[in-house]
Amino acid sequence: MLTNGTILRGTVATLLGLGALSTSASAETLRLLTWGGYAPEEVIEMFTEETGIEVEVTKSNNEEMIAKLRATGGGGFDLAQPSQDRIAGPQAEFDIYKPIDLSKIETGLFIESMLEATKANTTVDGEVYGVPHVWGTSGLVVNTAEAGSVADYTDLCNEEFAGKVSYRLKRPTLIGFAYAMGLDPFAAYGDEAAYSDIVAQVEEKLIECKANVKAYWDGGDQLMGLLRSGEVVASMAWDTGGWKLNAENPDITFVAPASGALGWIDTFALPKKTKAEDAAYKWINFVMKPEIAAMITASAGNFTASNGADEFADDELKARFQASFPQEAIDNIKWYPTVPAGLEAIEGAALDRVKAAN
Amino acid sequence: MSARLSLWLLMLPVLLWLGLLIILPHIDMFFVSLRTRVGVGEYEYGLANYAAFFTEPLYLRTFARTAIMSVLATALTLVIAFPVAYFIAKVARGRWQGVLFLFCLVPFWVSELVRTFGWMILLRETGVFSSVLQWAGLADGPVEMLYNDAAMMVGLVYTSMLFMVVPLVTTLQSLDDSLVEAGYDLGGNGFTVFREIILPHAVPGIVSGSIVVFMLSLGNYLTPTMLGGKDSLWFTEMIYSQFIVRFNWELGAAFGFLLLALSSFIVWAALKLSGQTLEKTLG
Repeated sequence: MLTNGTILRGTVATLLGLGALSTSASAETLRLLTWGGYAPEEVIEMFTEETGIEVEVTKSNNEEMIAKLRATGGGGFDLAQPSQDRIAGPQAEFDIYKPIDLSKIETGLFIESMLEATKANTTVDGEVYGVPHVWGTSGLVVNTAEAGSVADYTDLCNEEFAGKVSYRLKRPTLIGFAYAMGLDPFAAYGDEAAYSDIVAQVEEKLIECKANVKAYWDGGDQLMGLLRSGEVVASMAWDTGGWKLNAENPDITFVAPASGALGWIDTFALPKKTKAEDAAYKWINFVMKPEIAAMITASAGNFTASNGADEFADDELKARFQASFPQEAIDNIKWYPTVPAGLEAIEGAALDRVKAAN
Repeated sequence: MSARLSLWLLMLPVLLWLGLLIILPHIDMFFVSLRTRVGVGEYEYGLANYAAFFTEPLYLRTFARTAIMSVLATALTLVIAFPVAYFIAKVARGRWQGVLFLFCLVPFWVSELVRTFGWMILLRETGVFSSVLQWAGLADGPVEMLYNDAAMMVGLVYTSMLFMVVPLVTTLQSLDDSLVEAGYDLGGNGFTVFREIILPHAVPGIVSGSIVVFMLSLGNYLTPTMLGGKDSLWFTEMIYSQFIVRFNWELGAAFGFLLLALSSFIVWAALKLSGQTLEKTLG
């Protein structure tokens, strides 16, 4: 009986010990839920040196960020970086974020127009939920030596490139193709019936185009491999991917599609159950300093919303940006408006049908 | 009293594991699967998610495809693993037995992801096989062997090989060699000895191996996604995308339960058809 009692007590003590371990870890740590390249090691070291706060980085993407925060009701992380169009919808639906206290943010560090646009797009019930960090576009990455004629998304379906093109089966592809087909999906965001109609047309086009596709890519590394080896000569992709490959092979570069590149802004948003709010604000104000922002640009390959960081940015990257984006292409960028809750279901069903079609 | 308490304490880890990690989440999942989103933050209870599955041909097709491909993968694994297991258990002697067994095991020391990447390096258009074929003059241009059902099948069979070989080796080792000799002495040829003596003896191993391999294939996510390419929609992939990409936990949960029902049904049907019971196989 005595031994049984001891075992029991030991078990209870162990369980309690495990509980204590998991809560004490968050004392002076900032748990950051972000994208690859947004929190380079050197920046974290400088931050820890200045403030004494440790930073734990979890790399993710938009969908996973929302799924993770939804699973915990907005816990487990202290600062997240979803895209600006993906904040208001999930916030209204799942209530996973906390409003941002703008008085704690040094707004002078931000490019004003970008800050205002992000604030407007992430406002729910009069509260602001996001401030901008990194921005960029998606469009086409083309091997100009072999597929120089690709100028828009729909050109990926040309017969001459059969078996040599790639894109993702995700919402940017639906939207890009819709614009290239002369439709206006963003204008139909508020009207489910009209939007379903647009998605149906794009779905038909994508099914028709399927024979041309080598593989639907999932991750950036997979796409890089396909383009680098020459197995794919044109693909829908992010601008940074194209510029990175351009550094290795001058034939490959990012091309802003004729119908307009799609512009995104990744933000800072506070998860509802953040345990290190002050550390989160400190991190935001730290990484938005021009010289730090330039370091993040160097690591992520995209420019930031930091005012004056351009001066510190790498000249080669600037040259690539200017080559891909003449002024009229910049003016033609289609910035993602807020995704209303529920649209993903329509898109999802269409994408599943495309994937299953023969 | 004290003995009883000890028994309960010994059972505690299993009960906790079953209760907290299997039963409770499943009950929760089941309730989630009965909900349907009707508006922002509004839900209704009902069987709408299950109805959606039976009315959308795409879901049914993917479901059937996953099941058929998994059965096929299991059959192929069995056909390939049987001679291997027989050789290890009956033909190889002494140290060779251990060495051969180790060869089957070694690939499983690296993660599934790495093994799958290995196949991608071999099969891709600029990969090893394609280069060798061109070098040997058997192909004029690059050959693409990746991103089709055959590549996916290779991956599935390779991934589950070990789980078929192990139970087969164990059951075949317990077969007394003198029975096989007696079979030949009584005028049997290779085929009849195999059909009348070796196969009946190996049935428990075949059944347990097949169940494991079938379950692994049905629930595999990585291999179909990476090797299968653009036509490879697998049911697990669909569950993943409902949960993560579409934020539709409700439909995803319903799919999860349907997959559970499907796999249980197929295993039950296979046991019935082969005249086996789970007790006999495990026991």
